[in-house]
Amino acid sequence: MVNVIFREKDIPNIREFDVYVKNGGYDGLKKAVSMKPTEVVDEVKAANLRGRGGAGFPTGVKWSFIPASEPKKYVVVNADESETGTFKDRQIMENNPHQLIEGAMIAAWAIQATAVYIYLRGEYWDIAHDLDKRIADAEKAGFVGNNVLGSGWSCPMYTHLGAGAYICGEESALLESLEGKLGQPRVRPPFPAQKGGGLYAEPTVVNNVETLANAPFILREGAAAFKAMGTEQSTGTKLYCLSGHVNKPGNYEAVMGAITLRQLIFDEQYGGGVPGGKKVKAILPSGGSGPIIPATDEVLDSPLSYEAMQKVGTILGSASIIIMDEDTDITWVAAKVTKFFKHESCGKCTPCREGTYWLDKVLDRIMAGGAQESDIDLINNVAKNMQGVTLCALGDFAANPIIHTIKNFPDDFKKHIGAAPAAVATRGGGARRGAAAPEPSGD
Amino acid sequence: MLAEKYAERIEKVFAKYPTKRSAVMPLLYIAQEEYGYVNLEGIEEVAALCELDPTQVKSIAGFYTMYRERPKGKHWLHICTDLACALRGADQFYEDVLHELKLDHDHDTTDDGMFTVEHVMCLGACDRAPMLQCNFHFHENLDMDKMRDLIAKWRAEKS
Repeated sequence: MVNVIFREKDIPNIREFDVYVKNGGYDGLKKAVSMKPTEVVDEVKAANLRGRGGAGFPTGVKWSFIPASEPKKYVVVNADESETGTFKDRQIMENNPHQLIEGAMIAAWAIQATAVYIYLRGEYWDIAHDLDKRIADAEKAGFVGNNVLGSGWSCPMYTHLGAGAYICGEESALLESLEGKLGQPRVRPPFPAQKGGGLYAEPTVVNNVETLANAPFILREGAAAFKAMGTEQSTGTKLYCLSGHVNKPGNYEAVMGAITLRQLIFDEQYGGGVPGGKKVKAILPSGGSGPIIPATDEVLDSPLSYEAMQKVGTILGSASIIIMDEDTDITWVAAKVTKFFKHESCGKCTPCREGTYWLDKVLDRIMAGGAQESDIDLINNVAKNMQGVTLCALGDFAANPIIHTIKNFPDDFKKHIGAAPAAVATRGGGARRGAAAPEPSGD
Repeated sequence: MLAEKYAERIEKVFAKYPTKRSAVMPLLYIAQEEYGYVNLEGIEEVAALCELDPTQVKSIAGFYTMYRERPKGKHWLHICTDLACALRGADQFYEDVLHELKLDHDHDTTDDGMFTVEHVMCLGACDRAPMLQCNFHFHENLDMDKMRDLIAKWRAEKS
């Protein structure tokens, strides 16, 4: 097992500043500051680090889009982590916070940023307040703030708490929220990296927590050492958030492409199998937003990498892997995920705002046993009309559970047609409720 | 008045950002802390501080789950019933907590003003379900036995 990110597994108190520094901490930043900013960008490009937030975009390329000529530039850390089934960035910030701070400062040096903002989801209230203290420790030692490491370059770092909106994980909505506006996606271009498109209209790099936590290793050990791990297209390690029907849910780090889904679910050092020895029926490899796939041998034996997941019809995304056992009703899953997207749609684009309501309404009818066979075609049609026609990907995400459930689990839908609600068990494990959950009451 | 009572905290918030508008979310948290929920008074004060129209501040308060514009109990419970938690029994846990506190889907706050119970979307603790957030602090790996202990503990706390 290699722990590039979860270093607390080897060094338990690495969250403490002194322990972090004693174990090579901030050496990556020192190295970066001794290099030209463009050389740092080139090093990260050479490592082929790809964005861990879900899109997998090459990080160094993203940094290279920032125009050097602009006097004001920002690094914004996306710590909004709100995808159903995702809880990895939380563990980094709780157990190895200085690696994020160091990584963010490396990014900041690379683009010569004038400030770093860490946007945390509001629910990470305790983490944000702890992070403030960690940032203060780093600032005292000269790694953050005025005249970083005597370089003459100054860059303060601040945390900002969201307040419970999934959409703020979308980078342009996040920037809007940080500016004190409604968290709704922007029309692009201009893109965040361009003048007029970023935070306060200045060029801005937005990176996920896990992405940035990789930067210290790349600078300290070099791009070649990073590339030595993983496959050609998927370098380094990846954090897997394993949840649902597994004996040992949790975060696991492994070299990209080195383990298969089967190993992650069943090996003792990872998920430890399915409760009750049941079979796996379905897998959501990228939280609620990615395509749901049946747990065939081909899928289970696929290595966990960007390219291998694509080959079996889904995505690695943020690697929020939700496991569902043989007793799970996938129609119930689709209804559950649809409720999520209906609640989290920001309301800006009509197809997403209206589409999620229609899908939810018809799915409620299907779950209640009052649906006709034509209702399946109806939701498939609504979902397909939501794809590719919205400002951000939420509309596409919301269509996924419908389209892929109908495609991959047609029988799960059919058994609800004409059935009484009580006759249909919703899932295995824990609670059983015929109808889907009611609307959140708070908002 | 927030401006006087929280002067030092408000000053620190403003120091983070180049615009006053960016302070609207942190200041709404302060207003909620002071008044128990985001009321009209709080909205107007935050608007004055951020040099915004109260309508703009109200739209922000309405957009986000973690601002509540109605009175709430002293202990504000957010129970995650999203997919990953639900696969581990969170739907039933939510119903059981409601039942324990003699609440239902139409009545989310206890008569004595001690508890408000809402169910929410993913809180980023899927591996430790069932779980909830009480006044922004996480409580994880729960069952009804642990929950009854927590409720008793919260009830016993002096205000």
